Order: sequence, then C-alpha cells, then structure tokens
Amino acid sequence: MTKPGETPSQTVGPYFSMRLSGEGQNILTEDEERIVITGRVIDGNDHHIEDALLEIWQTGRSGRYHHPDDTRDLALEPDFIGFGRAATDFDTGVYRFETLKPGPVPDAEGQNQAPHISLIVQGRGMLNPVFTRIYFSDEAEKNADDLVLRSVPESRRGTLVAELQPGTDPPEYQFDVRFQGEDETVFFDF
Amino acid sequence: MTDPIIRHYGPKAYADHPPFSYPDYRSTVKRAPDHDLLTIVQTLSETTGPGPVWTEVSEEDADLTTNAGTGQPAIGERIIVTGHVLDEDGVGIPGVMLEIWQANACGRYVHWRETDFPAPLDPNFIGVGQCVTAESGEYRFTTVKPGAYPWGNHPNAWRPAHIHFSLLGPSLGSRLVTQMYFEHDPLFPFDPIFNSAPENTRPRMVARYDHDVTEENWALGWRWDIVLRGKAATPFEEGDET
Repeated sequence: MTKPGETPSQTVGPYFSMRLSGEGQNILTEDEERIVITGRVIDGNDHHIEDALLEIWQTGRSGRYHHPDDTRDLALEPDFIGFGRAATDFDTGVYRFETLKPGPVPDAEGQNQAPHISLIVQGRGMLNPVFTRIYFSDEAEKNADDLVLRSVPESRRGTLVAELQPGTDPPEYQFDVRFQGEDETVFFDF
Repeated sequence: MTDPIIRHYGPKAYADHPPFSYPDYRSTVKRAPDHDLLTIVQTLSETTGPGPVWTEVSEEDADLTTNAGTGQPAIGERIIVTGHVLDEDGVGIPGVMLEIWQANACGRYVHWRETDFPAPLDPNFIGVGQCVTAESGEYRFTTVKPGAYPWGNHPNAWRPAHIHFSLLGPSLGSRLVTQMYFEHDPLFPFDPIFNSAPENTRPRMVARYDHDVTEENWALGWRWDIVLRGKAATPFEEGDET
C-alpha cells in the first residue's frame, strides 16, 4: 500500500475570522502580571496587511507546555492553555495579544533556551503558514546564549526580538512581522 | 524531574505544497518571504502544539444546517462531509480540532467585509462549524453544499465551490489550513488557488462522492481524508541515543 502524502496547504483567505481569531481568542490570560505583545504585519510594498492571522503557542511561567509530551514535573497555571489567535485590524493593521511571559524550555542540548513564543502567521495571499519566534528585548543575556538565535545571522537576529516599550503597564512589547525588504523577519523550517 | 518526550518529526514535504509566491494568485507576490527559510533543530517548542488542548466543541457545532440556532434549517443541498485525519503512515489521529468556514449555497459568506456579489444571505446559515476527530481519526460534518463565487484576482474570476478547513494536530509543525473541493468542478482549470498546489497533489484536496455515505431521504455523502505532517514514530526520551 502506498503511503498517503501530506494534504497541500491553501490560503486562509479573507474570511477566516468567521471562526479563527474570534472574540477573546487573543486574550490568553487576565493575570495581573500579564504582558502585551502588539505590532503589525508588513508586506513587500511596506504596507500593513489588513487581513493576517497570527497564532501563538507558548508555555506559562514555569516553562512547561500544556501538552501530553511535556511530562516534566513543573506547575501549569490553571486556565492558561498557551494558545492564542489574533487578526490584524482591517484599518490599522495592528494585532494585540495579552498573555504571560513564558518560562525556560530546554534546547536540543538540554540547556535552557531564552524565553520565547512560537508564532504562526497566515493570511489572504499566503498559500502556506510561516513559522517564527518572538524573543524579548529585556532578556539580552539569555538571548545571547540561545542556540536558535545564535544560528541566525547576527544582522537578522533583531527581527526576532520584541522591543519592550518604556513606561508601559502592563509591559508592552512591540513585534512587527515583515515579509520582504531589509528587515525581513526570519522564518523557520523545522 | 521526568524528562519530556521529544517526538522528532521528519522533514516537511515542501514539494507537496504550493510555493509561497505564485504570481497567478496576485496577492501572494508581496506576501511571500524573499529569504530562504532557516532550518532549526526541533525542541519541545516545535514538537508540541495546541491541538491536544484546543478541543472545546459541542455536538451541535458539527451541523451547519442547524447551528445558526434559529430553529429553521439552512437552505441548500444538504450534504454530509466525512473522512479521517491521518498521519503520513495512514494512521488515524484522534483529538484533532477541525474548524471549518464556508459560503452559503448561493456563494455568499457571512462576513462584514464588503462584496459586490449580489447573492442573498441565508438567516439560517452562519457557515461555521467545528468538531474533534474520534479515536479512529474520523470526523463528520453536516452542511449545505457551498456555491461558487466571484473574486477580483483577474477578469471573470470565480472560486470553485470549497470548504475552508483548519486543523490543529499534535504538534506545531502539523498545523494545516487547507480547502476541500468537490470532484468534477468545472472551475478547477481557472482557479489559481487550487492550481497553486503541485499537479500531483491537487487530487488530495478533492472530496469524492460516496453513495455509502449518502443517507436515504436526507443528505448526499462526500468523503475526504486529510493527511497531516508526521509519522506514527515511536517517541523516545530526551537523552536517548538516536
């Protein structure tokens, strides 16, 4: 028997928000110590993309994923799944997540990675999802040791780091995704 | 401390999927990365994913002919869409969340975005449904067959009838959003989105009419299996020799 091949990807199209990114899917927590991640998705004409879908996947504070494979004896916050979805605003192009700052996750060598959030971006005009990571500008020391970040050419590492905005409460991190151009975001294959 | 389970997935079959940039579908050109993807080693961040925990559905969610909640049925040709979600070894994957959205029988979506297409809305149809695969990987929806509709990509452009499917599998890498089409659609040769997939994999997006699924005096049956990236590999504990 021949093995079945992967079903091809297709665009989410302009109407995904009928179901994906519905009300509240971008608010992962109402915890007092929540953080905000916000930004825009920018196309190759330097225009914001008005119909992009962003999905995040992350741990809570302890660094444990809410997933059966993560069998480590670490606490999971009640009511925090670690998955969220946001659509960019049709007029401003801005997306926004409210979430927890993630904890440490081991890398392929067993050392802790710098805190990061996995991000999937899709949209009308995108036939495949793109995968990237959000790191944090106030974790410079851990970022410097992170195996994934270190595998990225130095000139492009900054595209993966969300910038903490001074004086914001809750702390707000700015993270734009750029598809083309000088500051094109690093997208991963894994 | 118990070590986590690291399930290493084989490489993604990029050749089975559309390219990022496909100029016949115009809006892809400026929304595709210019750089090559950067390959990274899989860690827990990549081998886990939201599938196993994003599973909240009720039974009514899988019947789009009634889930508008008005007490009146949606208008259109009633159909059953069923099949299995499989891994690359052909093994059914349980617990996969399927979320679908579609146009109504006339080709109109329930969405605030403006359209010039003067097709009627149906107050008894919201066009959204979800269900979670059973232990065997099987899923099943009842809905109405969506209509074709025009779009602005090129002169006289029409999308073949399709249902959008979103799947959250066991890992981040198995994330899939695709579209299910209906066999023998005369619009296939004219649709750049359908044709963006390599010719040999296009049939994998096409549901087949199945008389065994059809229910007497009730609904026509369509069968479509979906294959997610990943194999039924034996997981190993972190630190084991590979």
